[in-house]
Amino acid sequence: MNALVTEFIIKLKKRKIEGSKATAKLTAEVLRSCISQKRLPHTHQAAALIDAIRTIGEKLIAANPVELAIGNIVRRVLNIIREEDVSLTAAAVGGLAVSAGSDDEDDFKQDDHPGLSAAAVAAAARSTLRPPSLQTLLEDIPQSTAVPHTSSSGGDSEGKSKSADKNSKSRKLKHNVIEAVNELIQDIVTCHEQIAEQAVEHIHHNEVILTLGNSRTVMEFLCAAKEKKRSFRVVVAEGAPRYQGHALAKELVARGLQTTVITDSAIFAMISRVNMVVVGAHTVMANGGVIAPVGMNMVALAAQRHAVPFVVLAGAHKLCPLYPHNPEVLLNELKSPAELLDFGEFSDCLDFGSSSGSPLLHVVNPAFDYVPPNLVSLFITDTGGHNASYICSINISEVTHSAEPKTSCRQEVLSWIY
Amino acid sequence: MVAKKDEEEELARTPLQAIILADSFTTKFRPITLERPKVLLPLVNAPMIDYTLAWLESAGVEEVFVFCCAHSKQVIDYLDKSNWFGQPNFSVTTIESHNAISAGDALRLIYEQQVIRGDFILVSGDTVSNMSLSQALKEHKERRRNDSNAVMTMVIKQSKPSPITRQSRLGTEELFMVIDPETKQLLYYEDRVNLKGYLSLDKALLTDNTSISLQNDKQDCYIDICSPEVLSLFTDNFDYQHLRRDFVKGLLVDDIMGYKIYTHEIHSSYAARIDNYRSYDTISKDIIQRWTYPLVPDVQFFGNSATKLERQGMYRAPEIKQSRLSKIGPFTVIGTGTSIGINTEISNSVVGEGCSIGANVTIEGCYIWDNVTIEDGCKLKHSIVCDGVTMNSGAALEPGVVLSFKVVVGRNFLVPAYSKVSLLQQPIKQDSDEELEYADNSSGIPEVPSISGTLDKLNEEERTELPDSQEYDVGDGGVGFIWLVSEGGQEEELRHSVAPIPVDKLVAIMQITNDEVDIPNEDGSFLPPSGELGPDSITNDSNEDAEDIRDDSIIFEREVEATFQRAVEEDVTDDHVILEVNSLRLSYNMASADCAGALFYSVMKLALDAPHDSPNELYKNVVTTVRKWKKLLKYYLPSIDEEIEVILKFEEMCLESAKEYSPLFLQVLHHLYDQDIIQEEAILDWASEKEGAEESDKVFVKQSEKFIQWLKEASEEEEED
Repeated sequence: MNALVTEFIIKLKKRKIEGSKATAKLTAEVLRSCISQKRLPHTHQAAALIDAIRTIGEKLIAANPVELAIGNIVRRVLNIIREEDVSLTAAAVGGLAVSAGSDDEDDFKQDDHPGLSAAAVAAAARSTLRPPSLQTLLEDIPQSTAVPHTSSSGGDSEGKSKSADKNSKSRKLKHNVIEAVNELIQDIVTCHEQIAEQAVEHIHHNEVILTLGNSRTVMEFLCAAKEKKRSFRVVVAEGAPRYQGHALAKELVARGLQTTVITDSAIFAMISRVNMVVVGAHTVMANGGVIAPVGMNMVALAAQRHAVPFVVLAGAHKLCPLYPHNPEVLLNELKSPAELLDFGEFSDCLDFGSSSGSPLLHVVNPAFDYVPPNLVSLFITDTGGHNASYICSINISEVTHSAEPKTSCRQEVLSWIY
Repeated sequence: MVAKKDEEEELARTPLQAIILADSFTTKFRPITLERPKVLLPLVNAPMIDYTLAWLESAGVEEVFVFCCAHSKQVIDYLDKSNWFGQPNFSVTTIESHNAISAGDALRLIYEQQVIRGDFILVSGDTVSNMSLSQALKEHKERRRNDSNAVMTMVIKQSKPSPITRQSRLGTEELFMVIDPETKQLLYYEDRVNLKGYLSLDKALLTDNTSISLQNDKQDCYIDICSPEVLSLFTDNFDYQHLRRDFVKGLLVDDIMGYKIYTHEIHSSYAARIDNYRSYDTISKDIIQRWTYPLVPDVQFFGNSATKLERQGMYRAPEIKQSRLSKIGPFTVIGTGTSIGINTEISNSVVGEGCSIGANVTIEGCYIWDNVTIEDGCKLKHSIVCDGVTMNSGAALEPGVVLSFKVVVGRNFLVPAYSKVSLLQQPIKQDSDEELEYADNSSGIPEVPSISGTLDKLNEEERTELPDSQEYDVGDGGVGFIWLVSEGGQEEELRHSVAPIPVDKLVAIMQITNDEVDIPNEDGSFLPPSGELGPDSITNDSNEDAEDIRDDSIIFEREVEATFQRAVEEDVTDDHVILEVNSLRLSYNMASADCAGALFYSVMKLALDAPHDSPNELYKNVVTTVRKWKKLLKYYLPSIDEEIEVILKFEEMCLESAKEYSPLFLQVLHHLYDQDIIQEEAILDWASEKEGAEESDKVFVKQSEKFIQWLKEASEEEEED
């Protein structure tokens, strides 16, 4: 295996990469280098590439199952490969595409494709995530029927006649895929800019905005509104135990925003004076539920109680096609208690040498909260604002191409006994 | 040219190196360590060395030297199999040795190999940590730049010792350190404080430093950032064995070279070393409670199987067959492929891979390793059960039991508390490792008399009454020997066991410490109320001091004698005897004259011990023995002073311990003179020294009067010539 991949896996395992954006970007970059190094055979190129990416993807996901952005990016890259393959074949084969349907069965075994319609929706999904949506969506549907055909058995039916094309096609496929992955990386990097562009539409004069913890996207969003001469105030809840809210407050003050810092426990008291809650997310699940830094559920409940809009900002790489099952446990990560308590001060409480020997003190430090979809008023992604039910359809459409590895969410639930 | 050299140095300095001692050089984990090295023992289902290596790797160490000694092959095989050798940017090299018996030997060997090129991290292979080294390294390098004598930075962490048992939560003795609060320099280190509750510090500590802080709530993490000098220091001081007791204390006491040790305290990160069964238990619980994040079971930091964390701190690996009627309590780890029967209750425990646990079993606070079979109805409490053990139905383990590999416990057999069971028989005392342990004990304070009450003693007696050790003593159908607890080791056992100290024992300890605290108070009431010491008490003190020195010199003499006898029996060469005597001399802080006296005493004793009937034969014995050991004696007689000491010693012998020599005094003295062992100046000086002495002391001067006279004349003649 590629040394780069091994190194990345080790980093993931050791939890050395933090934040979904950084993880997403690195995943995409690692996959890009894998694609460019992969030597493709003459036939079944797309299939070979998909297989390679899938095996690597499975390992990456297993390295840190809690970081769903990895899976999202792996799926996106697989999707890109399929689409590029489709568009290439479409260009080459042209009208012949219709005849390919007969080879489908063969294909199911090899690639586990759930079916044509699925492939079509997936292609559609990708287009919805990119700005020029409706037209390409309509165009893509007939083309995508050719997916199974070319990706696996294409060589048999028209291999001989098109052999001259093969070489150029293979190079082209790789080239196109890399091109598209570059675009994806670009999207990840610039997603917060696109989200920030929409800030003026949501933030109005003299409003009070509340946020929790520190999210780059939120920061850019607020600053973008400020640049557009909106005058508003920000209330930052500090976000214990990591207190990233402090860093956010510092940054906002540096940009000239009127900022108030409060403790997390003061949120409920503060919320009645707030016009809108704007927060970042770790992942947005298929049902529109949000995995976010711990404390978010409390903010969402407070907002609901006082009918304050609860707005979640999430780049496209955070949209995950999986359904959350028991997310408080299975999609959570318990960090070191050292963030809460000083070990030395409490060392006498942790002495197991006397009394019963069983620990009486237990410190739980979960990293994430799950906010159910009904508490979220609006999602703002780089493609615009959506409400929770619409996020569902975006997310699901992405998973349908699902020969790709699933995180073990579903399997885990079986082993979990309530 | 110079610039190039600098560049080369810079290049050579860049990779950060670490030494892992994959051997603790103690026997605390016996009998388990007779079959498997300590660093490969599983700690929450992953070998200890994986924790150390994973931490070093994530802390940015690039080159690691693993020093393997005991069971070195197993360690190397493991590292080979587990892919540690094939990591990118992280090279692991093993250094193998079979005759190192201490950390000092290991470091001397590493020095000889010349693989360490710059500052390095020194840890043992049983360290669990998640600390970042960058800050400590930066501080170390900074200090080095200003002061090249700052050779070592020790990592410490706050951890309060138990006020009752006077031991840390890791089962080690309460540690006292004096640290300069500003520079963080370590000025005093003592981990073997007696229970009497006092501590004596050198007055110079107070006069030399503007402020010092004496701390007892710090834990030594045994993570040291060392400069290359440390290795050469070990080589120069060939008698340094233990990293702390010899090396650290040695540097602190010795102010000739002016080497300094500094401390670095960590707050939010975790670091601890598994020293005994108690720390094994404590650190396991810390890992389960995630203080060591990210080195926790549900993160695959290296090679450990995927485990999921569920509610209440329950970790479960895949493929567990668990009865729905079984209860798995909080803070429990269950390994892959383990099956658990009906109505079984497990709490606060770690169960390894592939175990089968029957029905109605109770497991509380236990560490069960891989492939263990526990049949129906067994009861286990606070025990360690190694790989491949079988417990037949109805068997039970009392707290503190250790079952080593593949032991079979018979049906309905109750293994008594704190017993260690192994397939191997307990080694006899004269084992080389045992000797090491013994040496360790003797250098510290004597062990506290066992307070564990008569119950344990009774147990022990019962055990000795058990059938001869050739037969297994773990019940019907059982396989394994119960090891006997050494004399006075009961207390140690209690403190270092996996089981918590029972309440009644705690109460007993508390009473004893209270009593001890009371005594000095009562004494205090006799002192003048102003707190000044009267003249009497001062003289008392000085007498005590003098007695102390006397005691020391007696012990020293005995040690030298023992060494010498060993040399005679085992036919050791003179050089080695010199080495040993030198190290004794250093450890007892004696002058070279004392050595000469002691050695001479031993030689004469040897001659005396040889069979003889008449004084004549005895004299012959002396002649042969002195001839044989002449070189050795000469080595310790570089000047007149030592020779006088020898004569005085001989005189003392003739008067006290070996009266048989008294008629031979002159003859022997003459012989020594003939053999050039003692020069005439020494004899003359001795005679003149004795002139003013009491009559009773002059017996031998008178006896040798003629000889002295002759010597005087001879020298006068020479002068005349």
